[in-house]
Amino acid sequence: MNDVVKRSAAEIARDVNAKRISARDVTEAVLARVDEVDDRLGCYLTRLHDLAREQASRVDERVAAGESLPLAGVPLAVKDNMCLSGTRTTAASKILENWIAPYTSTAVQRMLDAGAVPIGKSNLDEFAMGSSCENSALGVTRNPYDLQRVPGGSSGGSAAAVAAFEAAIGMGSDTGGSIREPGAFCNVVGFKPTYGRVSRYGLIAFASSLDQIGPLTRTVEDAALAYDAMAGHDPMDSTSIDRPVEPAAPSLREDLEGLRIGIVKEFVTAKLGAEIDALYKRAYAELAKLGAELVEVSLPTADYGLATYYLIAPAECSSNLARFDGVRYGLRVDGADVGQMYEQTRAAGFGPEVKRRILIGTYALSSGYYDAYYVKAQKARTMSAQDFKKAFEHCDLIAAPAASSPAFEFDSKSDPYSMYMMDYYTIPMSLAGLPALSVPCGYAGTPAMPMGLQLAAPLFEETRLLGAAHAYERATAYAVEGAIAV
Amino acid sequence: MASEKIDVRYVAKLARIALSEDEAERFGKQLGDLLAHVNVLSELETASVPATAQVVESRNVERSDEAGPCLDRETVLSMAPQREGSFFRVPKIIGQP
Amino acid sequence: MTVQTRYEAVIGIECHVELKTRSKMFCACANEFGGEPNTKVCPVCLALPGALPVANAEAIRHMIRAGLAFGASIPAFSKFDRKNYFYPDMPKDYQISQYDMPLTLGGSVRYWLEDGTLKECKLTRIHLEEDTGKSIHGGGGDGRIAGSSFSLIDFNRAGVPLMECVSEPDLRSAQEAVGYLEALKRTFVQLGVSDVKMEEGSLRCDANVSIRPAGSTELGTKTEIKNMNSFRSVLRAIESEIERQIAVLESGSRIVQETRGWDEGQGVTHSMRSKEEAHDYRYFPDPDLVPIEVDAALIDELKKTIPVLPPERFARYRGYGMDPKQATQLVDNFPLADYFDACVAAGANPQASMNFVLSDLSRLANETGTPVNESAVTPEALAELVALVESKTVNSKIAKELLERMWAGEGSPKAIVEQEGLAQTSDTGEIERLIDEVLAANEKAATDYKAGKTNILGFLTGQVMKASRGKANPALVNELLRKKLE
Ligand SMILES: [Zn+2]
Repeated sequence: MNDVVKRSAAEIARDVNAKRISARDVTEAVLARVDEVDDRLGCYLTRLHDLAREQASRVDERVAAGESLPLAGVPLAVKDNMCLSGTRTTAASKILENWIAPYTSTAVQRMLDAGAVPIGKSNLDEFAMGSSCENSALGVTRNPYDLQRVPGGSSGGSAAAVAAFEAAIGMGSDTGGSIREPGAFCNVVGFKPTYGRVSRYGLIAFASSLDQIGPLTRTVEDAALAYDAMAGHDPMDSTSIDRPVEPAAPSLREDLEGLRIGIVKEFVTAKLGAEIDALYKRAYAELAKLGAELVEVSLPTADYGLATYYLIAPAECSSNLARFDGVRYGLRVDGADVGQMYEQTRAAGFGPEVKRRILIGTYALSSGYYDAYYVKAQKARTMSAQDFKKAFEHCDLIAAPAASSPAFEFDSKSDPYSMYMMDYYTIPMSLAGLPALSVPCGYAGTPAMPMGLQLAAPLFEETRLLGAAHAYERATAYAVEGAIAV
Repeated sequence: MASEKIDVRYVAKLARIALSEDEAERFGKQLGDLLAHVNVLSELETASVPATAQVVESRNVERSDEAGPCLDRETVLSMAPQREGSFFRVPKIIGQP
Repeated sequence: MTVQTRYEAVIGIECHVELKTRSKMFCACANEFGGEPNTKVCPVCLALPGALPVANAEAIRHMIRAGLAFGASIPAFSKFDRKNYFYPDMPKDYQISQYDMPLTLGGSVRYWLEDGTLKECKLTRIHLEEDTGKSIHGGGGDGRIAGSSFSLIDFNRAGVPLMECVSEPDLRSAQEAVGYLEALKRTFVQLGVSDVKMEEGSLRCDANVSIRPAGSTELGTKTEIKNMNSFRSVLRAIESEIERQIAVLESGSRIVQETRGWDEGQGVTHSMRSKEEAHDYRYFPDPDLVPIEVDAALIDELKKTIPVLPPERFARYRGYGMDPKQATQLVDNFPLADYFDACVAAGANPQASMNFVLSDLSRLANETGTPVNESAVTPEALAELVALVESKTVNSKIAKELLERMWAGEGSPKAIVEQEGLAQTSDTGEIERLIDEVLAANEKAATDYKAGKTNILGFLTGQVMKASRGKANPALVNELLRKKLE
């Protein structure tokens, strides 16, 4: 392995801008790494050798012309639910298996404009519905720390690619934890900005009011760099936030002096077993050691988060996924009439988890149940957001687990609800639209697998969040201890 | 909160997904289980709570009425599972919208 | 009492009108009729994965103006909802519409019948939505959906802004329904919110028809009539449906609530019940769009853009003595009606200017191809001319000549009259002198008159007028001539 692939995005951009290495050379090294390990890991559904080389050459030309690009030559994994013009964009679904996107999503375009080089389209749970990548209809992604285990999901391909040095930045999308949980499983930083900070235009929708794009990186500094490149108002997305983005990269801190960090009373880590309980207690103590004042806060409706989420997200998805009907693009299975064509196409094109969610969402919106389920969930969502508002009167950040357990073995969660429980700690923040991230905080289990500490901030406080995560990462450096299996 | 058994076939019809016997049974049970879980929401007193459709409030996001470029027709039609000339073709349509 | 008069019809109209904008409702594709199929489409209106809608500001303004024109209330808060159902010409398989919070509520449409009777029909609401694509049905069925074996779809129209106007069941006959539709049409055209071309499908309507015993206040079972493609077919379809319902009740059967299609060729409606799918539209707020708030300032601004509306004009014109047909014609010729109103505003006698506008000026406009309002005859100049006639300064013959010269650009009629001494003369001495000359030259005519051929008087009057170069007051000439001859 050429050591250049292990460099952080910040280092690569600095070196490419300084012409110490060419984007083309970085790209060749990363492509070689992908060809070496990805048959085993399965991070990418599509490798983009040609496009990567083209883009790398363009970056070198721009640098030669005197430009300085924030992500010059940085190898990028693009989650395959984001459109990139001319590339196969599948959402890991059979229904889109051979669809070539004719346009590029805003967030991806911003990364390319900043000089990032797309290495491949990374695997995910079909339509981003899942917590392990096992719901991908198009490939298996393995956890680089233990190939018998899942990488997490739904942004598992991007998380694993970054962990295994197949990219420096992975683009992910988070609806209920889909960046933070795989980040934790793969020992990388997974950052979900405030809802609306990053344009959703070109992100294949799962649940529109929750979906948010963000980066997976090996360092907090890289997450800040990626965020600075991808965030900002987009007139193509009505829900995109029209307010200035304070650059995060310059405000990274080394300590937590003066910050009050809330520990959520309702998040009882003892339920997760003695080892994990001890691990999170240690993480909280580390925060205190860095100067933070720990305060207990309460999220009285935290326990209702999962139920709220599993009504709102499926309801929105049942409507968002209606367009996959075999008429204009994607899979079609013929039928005697158009109704049969729809039913056969969607039966063959969607996997079981997607079908389950479409069915539950359809039911929750249907006549007679709408108020009892959908409206009730929207009200519960209001309460969840109010909980956080109150909690943040007493603290500047909240610390919590990023997942209920370390990465588990394939096929070990047969009951859908036990899989949903993986997102117990990430869903409340999603419901409230808050910026949140996971940062490596140690290892648990046998074999020892990475764990993540989740930090969350009030709306729009990405800079505070990344600043604090940076201090924690610098002081603890847990990810550095880890050794991947490939 | 409603807790009756889901008519999974009716829901699948609305969602336009054909179900095998096996799927109908399995999904019916799983959805019933999930509903049992989500029914905890009935414990929340929400009578005076407004519903949240979007968590970051904003209003009147509009574009000015200007026409821009469209997709190239060949690009559009090359995606079609079945095309006929410049049209998308579908099997016989039954019923009104 | 005939069978017909024993029943009363109760009719409500749902009418879809395409708005006149440059671009579509939620994307920048051109809003134009026709064109090569599938050339006015983009990721948004084709519902490609990842595409998002952004609302067209002009369409929202059009809606508010339409509401204001009908005296509707404009709620301060409005939102878009998704109406979920599958149909091949609807790309997202849901329609963005407005469910419980439309842009306008209530109001009423004032309309009139052929005989000039003024009527009023209350509006339930007008809401904003998007149009579907167009299907062509092939393989049998003569272009109709029934009997066809496949359909071809053009998405150019998909996403065109559409307003749906829903009336209360206030209409009592097919004539009233047509009167109501004509009033809608002329109001929308005058406001500039739509071209309302039925032949291009930019106005489409369905009618809910029921009958009840005359004098009853209960509603009968209604049927919904579709496929009416012109005002004439609306008239015929509703008449035919009323007759059918009467026949059903008279035969002792009951009306079935159903959708019925109008068959233009056979002149009857027939049931469209196929094995109809259960409809459950699962409306919910569109999470891709944000709510609309309309403040008082915007309403005030838009109120100022509302012109004098057709019903007001019609009533006024009738007051001027126009017959219903004349008044309707003038009302429907907006530029000419504006011109006429400007003449009246400039002080012209309405009746006198009406004659000029409807006959002489309209004739000149026809002959020259220049619309009256763009001609050299300004409303002020016409008012001047009318005043000259009113004050008997010029007679009607000179007035017609003056009008021709004004049309040709010779300017103020007053100035022409003064410069050329064209003012009508009532100088008795002068006229008597001319009479003497004429009688001297026409001795035989004078003799004939005295012998009883009194109709020769007209000839003699003409001769005197000619001798005065048209300036003599014809009534005075007539009077003096008679005196002289008797
Ligand atoms: Zn478009």
